[in-house]
Amino acid sequence: MPKDGGIGASTTRREDVRFLTGKGKYTADINVFGQAAAIFVRSTVANGVIKSIDTSAAEAMPGVLAVFTGEDFVDVGGNPAGWLINSRDGEPMKEPKRPVLAHGKVRHVGDAYAAVIAETEQQARDAAEEIIADIEELPAVINMADALAGDNYVHDEIGTNQCFDWGWIEDNRAATDEAIKNAPHVTTLELVNNRLVPNAMEPRASIGTYEAAGDSYLLQTTSQNPHLTRLLISAFVLGIPENKLTVIAPDVGGGFGSKIYHYGEEALVLAASKKVGRPVKWVADRTESFLSDAHGRDHVTKIELACEKDGTFIAFRSETLANVGAYLSNFSTATPTFLHGTLMAGNYTVPNVYVNVKTVFTNTAPVDAYRGAGRPEATYSLERVIDMAARELGMDPVELRRKNFIKPDQFPFASAAGLEYDSGDYDTLMDKMEAMIDRKAFAERRKASEAKGMLRGLGINAYVEACGIAPSNLVGVLGSRVGLYDAATVRVNATGNLSVMVGAHSHGQGHETVFPQIVADMLGIDPASVDIVHGDTSKIPFGMGTYGSRSLAVCGSAMVRATEKIIAKAKKIAAHMLEASADDVDFTDGQFTVKGTDKSVSFGEVALKAYIPHNYPLDEIEPGLEETAFYDPANFTYPSGAYACEVEVDPETGKVTVERFMACDDFGNVMNPMIVSGQVHGGVVQGIGQALLENTTYDENGQLLSASYMDYVMPRADDLPFIAVDHEGGTPCTHNPLGAKGCGEGGAIGSPPTVVNAVIDALQSGGKNVTHIDMPLTPARVWAAMNNA
Amino acid sequence: MASVTMTVNGKSVSGEVEGRTLMSDFLRNDLRLTGTHIGCDTSQCGACVIHVNGEAVKSCTMFAVEADGADVSTIEGQANADGSLNVIQQAFQDHHGLQCGFCTPGMVMSAAALLKENPRPTEREVREYLEGNICRCTGYHNIVKAIMAASGQDVSAIAAE
Repeated sequence: MPKDGGIGASTTRREDVRFLTGKGKYTADINVFGQAAAIFVRSTVANGVIKSIDTSAAEAMPGVLAVFTGEDFVDVGGNPAGWLINSRDGEPMKEPKRPVLAHGKVRHVGDAYAAVIAETEQQARDAAEEIIADIEELPAVINMADALAGDNYVHDEIGTNQCFDWGWIEDNRAATDEAIKNAPHVTTLELVNNRLVPNAMEPRASIGTYEAAGDSYLLQTTSQNPHLTRLLISAFVLGIPENKLTVIAPDVGGGFGSKIYHYGEEALVLAASKKVGRPVKWVADRTESFLSDAHGRDHVTKIELACEKDGTFIAFRSETLANVGAYLSNFSTATPTFLHGTLMAGNYTVPNVYVNVKTVFTNTAPVDAYRGAGRPEATYSLERVIDMAARELGMDPVELRRKNFIKPDQFPFASAAGLEYDSGDYDTLMDKMEAMIDRKAFAERRKASEAKGMLRGLGINAYVEACGIAPSNLVGVLGSRVGLYDAATVRVNATGNLSVMVGAHSHGQGHETVFPQIVADMLGIDPASVDIVHGDTSKIPFGMGTYGSRSLAVCGSAMVRATEKIIAKAKKIAAHMLEASADDVDFTDGQFTVKGTDKSVSFGEVALKAYIPHNYPLDEIEPGLEETAFYDPANFTYPSGAYACEVEVDPETGKVTVERFMACDDFGNVMNPMIVSGQVHGGVVQGIGQALLENTTYDENGQLLSASYMDYVMPRADDLPFIAVDHEGGTPCTHNPLGAKGCGEGGAIGSPPTVVNAVIDALQSGGKNVTHIDMPLTPARVWAAMNNA
Repeated sequence: MASVTMTVNGKSVSGEVEGRTLMSDFLRNDLRLTGTHIGCDTSQCGACVIHVNGEAVKSCTMFAVEADGADVSTIEGQANADGSLNVIQQAFQDHHGLQCGFCTPGMVMSAAALLKENPRPTEREVREYLEGNICRCTGYHNIVKAIMAASGQDVSAIAAE
């Protein structure tokens, strides 16, 4: 049983009170005295040469304080890619500069080429209309295959639209090719992992404030990782020294990846504030978000599975074209490579894996990590082709997977795609899933659906992913330009309560509740006496932020290490107070006790002594009780899951309805089951959205056709059933102190193939020879597939 | 500019607005009631739902001048008189019906309007009523559960399957 409010308790969230009463403080809610407003002018064409920009009329408009164009930023740095990926021939990737504002050319619809600063937003908006830009429209490259075939380049200076041609693992290529050539059975599938827009409900916003007296800057912004934003602005873009730049990410209304990255708007409001001598605020509208937030996915893949006649896997081989859009966003080169290729062995003992990824520049918005980031693409390819192979071999899809699963006694397991999985139990997950969905009774449910004239399908899926991002030494070898540790400071105040400064950022994950549960549990104190501080670079030692399901596994581990240091020091102080040796002092339930005696002092008494060090061994122990730890993980963590979905398909219309969905996950040890279930619900629904509803569509000229909620179909409450989840009894992570693996992304990774497998199963049951439909499985696509079959 | 006077959360307020000033902007910028959120520009997301004369309204779809003389309530006016969470707000906390919190004010305001007209809605009725409120975090599971719980229904068996 968890301690009251401690590790493992489903404590309700303390942050909810402010959100439920309208007292949240999101960036757009902040108004700084004297602030001016910024409005960006964005390209309406996908590819064009900027011949001239006449800002004189705009500058003369009422209330206008300044107008910026790309010309103003030619001397500052570009926004860099965080990972250097080399092509198979050793050639480094192509890295065209990503400027604050477009200069010379505009490269996608929504590419900002000017900004207006005015007294009010409306004045800035009105003035923006008066900017006269002579932009010569050029043909756009939108389709990836076209981009690679032609000589119309997004960036003329690099003379190609290919960013890199990556092989993983290149040394395994020949063996994999040979294995496939000689295999008794090969299943081949070509598929599209549809492009998505992350669509955090809070649009991006930034406020820049320059203080001339100290030559210092403050950026309040919608970020998942304020330290990373500060680092990028300081070291690469504007060159503001880190000690002169504070970045604060206040309440942030969802991220899902899209707020990891530094965007030009952040640099602009800082530079503009210095120029106009006023704070400058910008708030995106939803259309701007669609046009300029980093998008996700957008892979075109050919996957081959080679196996014995009995279903034993011999090899997986995939070739992928991955769209990076018009510019490299910060994680864009890692997402299709080391977050994708390394997972292409899945949950299986397959001996041969080879992955080829070519990344392609196009005249579209940048594409980067979106919830799951690379791992949903890997899982989708594998779990779709495995399902197809099961059908071709006449095998049960669960049995085919079980036959090839890594078994519990094989961990740690070196996968053929280069990772070492530390722990897992895939068969038990599959057992739980089959029991949960009551698979034996599926035939009856199918009959009942058929009696209504509907087709019913059951889709299943297994996944493993790599998160808890990431061991710095390993990612350094793989091309990362940053370390991926995290940090925490535990400050025990004199009166015994605690402030814990953490590098992770909470924007829905509930850190303000869960992190205190852990510290309080370790110290045997009331969680209400612990508060976390996050999102402010001036208060927190450092941190790489929240993404890749890393907050608990990495930052939480740093917090545990810092708390352990607190306990070690407090023991020494207690030993002095109790006139005993520190080795003889035990610490349980908030009390320091001398072994074998009834002499004890409480944690609170020790804290007070640390700050009022009278009769205190100052020559041996420093006063105060505050400790910092940086934690760098030894490995990734490897959550896994088995999912099931039942759908009904209306054969008259092609409409798919998700009737039931079950998610059995292994997240290792769980700190707050209520919050973990919420993460699964949200992830699964984003995956159902990808599978059935969401699609980002550019026309051949590069116009974004799905640039509003009228055109881009977000999952709504009435599209969905309740989602049944089970994450009890996971296998603990073996290398971090909490045994936690991370739960933020599993739902979005495991669900898309589950849904598609279910739809194919339904169509097959209705006698339709449909083996694949590309997502999203809209009624039109399903109906067309059925009627051409 | 036009003068407007209205009652917001029980208090009489007035202001000078442009004809084009949206109600959502008047609340946020003039009255500093920033609990009403702006999540889109096409009246789709529902983060800005308020009550005007007792009816749920997306405040981005009306001009502030249209609310002249109206009785308006927003998320800031929903708590009990003693400051504690009302039944719906409490159910959202108890059932983890929110994550990032951005859509939450609109969800709570829509839920209140639903329960006023339909005090014991079925799951399907809740889901259909929320068609105009988008949430990206929760998958709606715990929102639907919270609203059913707030209506006094036993939700303990939901999705235990």
